[in-house]
Amino acid sequence: MAKIKGSIVVNIEKCKGCEVCMVSCPTGTIAMAKEVNGKGYYYAFPANPELCIGCANCAMVCPDGVITVYKTKI
Amino acid sequence: MAVVTGIKEIIKPENLVYKKTNIMTENILSYCPGCGHGTAHRILAEIIEEEGLQSEAIGVSPVGCSVLLYNYLDIDWQEAAHGRAPAVATAIKRLMPEKFVFTYQGDGDLAAIGTAETIHACNRGENIMIIFINNGIYGMTGGQMAPTTLPGMKSSTSPYGRDVKTMGNPLKMTDIVATLPGSYYVTRQSVHTPANVKKTKKAIRKAVRYQKLDKGTCLIEIVSNCPSGWKMTPVQSNKWMEENMFPYYPLGDLKTPVE
Ligand SMILES: Cc1ncc(C[n+]2csc(CCOP(=O)(O)OP(=O)(O)O)c2C)c(N)n1
Ligand code: SF4
Ligand code: SF4
Ligand code: SF4
Ligand SMILES: [Mg+2]
Repeated sequence: MAKIKGSIVVNIEKCKGCEVCMVSCPTGTIAMAKEVNGKGYYYAFPANPELCIGCANCAMVCPDGVITVYKTKI
Repeated sequence: MAVVTGIKEIIKPENLVYKKTNIMTENILSYCPGCGHGTAHRILAEIIEEEGLQSEAIGVSPVGCSVLLYNYLDIDWQEAAHGRAPAVATAIKRLMPEKFVFTYQGDGDLAAIGTAETIHACNRGENIMIIFINNGIYGMTGGQMAPTTLPGMKSSTSPYGRDVKTMGNPLKMTDIVATLPGSYYVTRQSVHTPANVKKTKKAIRKAVRYQKLDKGTCLIEIVSNCPSGWKMTPVQSNKWMEENMFPYYPLGDLKTPVE
């Protein structure tokens, strides 16, 4: 059976580190970085990229339009 | 643009499923981290793009945290004095009935200083859409109590919690508007989870369609968070909103047209 795989792109400097995306991700793909961006926020990043299913939940709830989502079948 | 990415091989144009719409400008939103205003703006922008309304839409922006809204959505705007957006939108729509006209207002704007404008525009059945962001507080000015502040809720002007005996009862403006003959579609939604984002988008899309059919006022309340005013983290504020705001302001349609 074909597996759905996703991948996200996080625009680091726009992220405000609110964590809303992280708690909306059903697969535990996202975590907060240990370092900060130029504004001093611990930005979101795909800590477990292989888990992403491209559902776009994270992008839908991000107040700052930081995340772009891609998805494919493999 | 500095980015971090997931699996690189998947990132190809043909695999794109979600990207910020270009109706949202590249300006950094002035909102606090996790504030629902940003999400509400984005889905409004998505509907404007999906419905092809960029050159037709005229928004009326409020006074409140979203006062700079005209910097964030690349459409035509008119700024209104505090609370007066429905009166300004009335004039715009009457002069330019072919345009898609809407207001975007906070609870201080819509349910306090603008109570009269809101009620009369809705009672006249002006053919406009009103987006009402209810975070139960005056966010912009430092978290003062609003008419919508919950009983017992702490704010900078009710530090021991709102005592309804001395400070009055919360005003459910959306419920009032639903009873008015001029209102056509009245609903209460939220944007804090993906499922709620989808429902709110659906509601805005309906309001767009009703305005094209000249049906009258459509009001969409979005119960939203104010992490800074509520003094919580964004994630805590969304949980608090579910547990405290939703029982008082239940989500769902208050007035649906018979179609
Ligand atoms: C005529 C007038 N009165 C008072 C103010 C001060 N003021 C600015 S924003 C605001 C309340 C905003 O609250 P709300 O509409 O709920 O918006 P939020 O910031 O919570 O999104 C007040 C009272 C003003 N700018 N103009
Ligand atoms: S697209 Fe879905 S699975 Fe992937 S990071 Fe976002 S929420 Fe998680
Ligand atoms: S929701 Fe957006 S702003 Fe908040 S942490 Fe995630 S990517 Fe950053
Ligand atoms: S004060 Fe409240 S409503 Fe205003 S931007 Fe901050 S969190 Fe949002
Ligand atoms: Mg408010």
